[in-house]
Amino acid sequence: MYKIESKNVDFFYGASQALKNINIAIKPNTVTALIGPSGCGKSTYLRLFNRMNDLIDNTKIAGQVLIDGEDIYAKGVNVDSLRKKVGMVFQKPNPFPKTIFENVAYGLRVNGITDKKLIEERVETTIKQVVLWDEVKDKLKKSAFELSGGQQQRLCIARALAIQPSVVLMDEPTSALDPISTAKVEELIYELKTKYTIVIVTHNMQQAGRVSDTTAFFYMGELIEHDTTKTIFTNPKIERTQNYITGRFG
Amino acid sequence: MKTFYKKFSEKFIEGLLMLSGTITSLTVVLIVFFLFKEGLGVFDKKPVEEGYVIALSKSNPLKTLSSEQIKNIYDQKITHWSEIGGKPDSIILFRAEDISNFYSDEEIGENFEGLSTCINRLVDSLPDIIAFFPKKYLAKDFKGHELTVDKVSLKEFFGGKEWFPTAQPSAQLGVLPLILGTLWVSFGAILLALPLGLAAAIFMSEIAKDNVRRIMKPLIELLAGIPSVVYGFFGLVIIVPLIQKTFNLPVGETGLAGSIILGIMALPTIITISEDAMRNTPRAMKEASLALGASKWQTIYKVVIPYSISGISAGAILGIGRAIGETMAVLMVTGNAAVIPHSILEPVRTIPATIAAELGEAPNGGLHYQALFALGCILFLITLFINLAVEFISNRKQHNKH
Repeated sequence: MYKIESKNVDFFYGASQALKNINIAIKPNTVTALIGPSGCGKSTYLRLFNRMNDLIDNTKIAGQVLIDGEDIYAKGVNVDSLRKKVGMVFQKPNPFPKTIFENVAYGLRVNGITDKKLIEERVETTIKQVVLWDEVKDKLKKSAFELSGGQQQRLCIARALAIQPSVVLMDEPTSALDPISTAKVEELIYELKTKYTIVIVTHNMQQAGRVSDTTAFFYMGELIEHDTTKTIFTNPKIERTQNYITGRFG
Repeated sequence: MKTFYKKFSEKFIEGLLMLSGTITSLTVVLIVFFLFKEGLGVFDKKPVEEGYVIALSKSNPLKTLSSEQIKNIYDQKITHWSEIGGKPDSIILFRAEDISNFYSDEEIGENFEGLSTCINRLVDSLPDIIAFFPKKYLAKDFKGHELTVDKVSLKEFFGGKEWFPTAQPSAQLGVLPLILGTLWVSFGAILLALPLGLAAAIFMSEIAKDNVRRIMKPLIELLAGIPSVVYGFFGLVIIVPLIQKTFNLPVGETGLAGSIILGIMALPTIITISEDAMRNTPRAMKEASLALGASKWQTIYKVVIPYSISGISAGAILGIGRAIGETMAVLMVTGNAAVIPHSILEPVRTIPATIAAELGEAPNGGLHYQALFALGCILFLITLFINLAVEFISNRKQHNKH
């Protein structure tokens, strides 16, 4: 059984088609990397999984996106509970202007959890999960803006994990980070795989190679090739993929 | 030759720009200087009109009286000298026009040539008299003594509860009712306008579709462009009778009417500024909240409003500033009674309305005139303080946005 499946997905911004007939199936507890040049539709595709594109006026989707076998674009689907199941980490660290503690607790609070003890426990375990605990345990009541960029991004990952999603979407999570913070986040992604299904958009080819199990190459709104990362990087079936991987264009 | 021309024109333009800057700054400084020069002059004046004297009999030990005491004596609220530290006898009031009660027309004379003698004799004969008359009828060998009246004091000015700048014999310049009236009306206005404006701003920035917003925004900005006299007219014709009927009042011109009109006038400021602030909330911040399963409304009150709170406060304060300085509309609907208000259903009088209504009839350079300028100074200081507060808040906002 696949965790995420997309069947014949088309997506439109107004009249322009951003995605053309995308078919992908993603197994649970894997990391899937979406790569491709800027404007190829990979971020748009990622944002379909938690219906983030709903926020943009005048968009249209055709086809089916299934998570755990259920069509998330069917009528009557509760978007808030879908987003609880499908967490997201953004390109730039975007903590709320609140304390470190409140940032992680935010998702719990908006989902109606009021038990103080439970919230405290959950905040602690998720911050430990992203290996940030030792760095912030003494300043949980301080503003999240006091952390470094890398710490902020790990805090944002903790924030997403606190509501215990089963899928985590990452939209170029390390593009604003320095190499050391990047390495830490990548390590984290690798460890999180055991618990979550992860889909990550990245511009960084080496990163895709390091963290992902399968890689999907997008070009001009089309899915060119989707295979194990090893195959894509060493023996792609399509020439255009080869050209992109080797840096001949993109 | 060409380079010389270029250099010259460059210098010329530079000079022109500098001149404009200097002229503008100088104008502002001059206006403020003029305002304060005239306004502060009031504290160098006596509340008794120039050319008049107040006199007591020689045997009366009192030397000075305050403006309030004089008024109370002439209003017969003080009837015995003992109440102000004198003899236990009752006070006899006298104004120059009362002279015919004491002397015949022949004694006074056709052209009042005997008036000074008459007054002199009267003051001499009645030990309990207080006499108020023009200085030119003060006899050379006057047998009473002139009362010295204190200059207008800061305490009297800011603490006085009565505003009768033209009262005879002694003007009452208590600005407290006017300051309170202004704050009262403005506070009511903001109480009405803030929730409504905030709700409209949230709707426009977060909920309304783009095409709805495109219609609403110019409409609200149009609200800011309506002349205030039109608002006043609207208030006078619609709101005032409505209030009178609803609350069953003798008059509808009340503080409430002023608050409603000012609230409507402050709306565009509050809406546009707080809407801008809310739209400045980074999209990433809103998306992060929504991605965590927060509903739209949760995102608005947990992320958007806290993030834009300084912009919202700036909008509210500027709205208050607009309300405090507004003149015409308020003048038309508040009833303009210079008394300290006890409820919103009483007429009140604001500082700008007082200045506008009274400046025309105040003799140039006189006490009343300068008192109005002093009111202008107070208004200036209040709005200056408000602008500084806005500046402070928006600076803090920039600081927050790391």
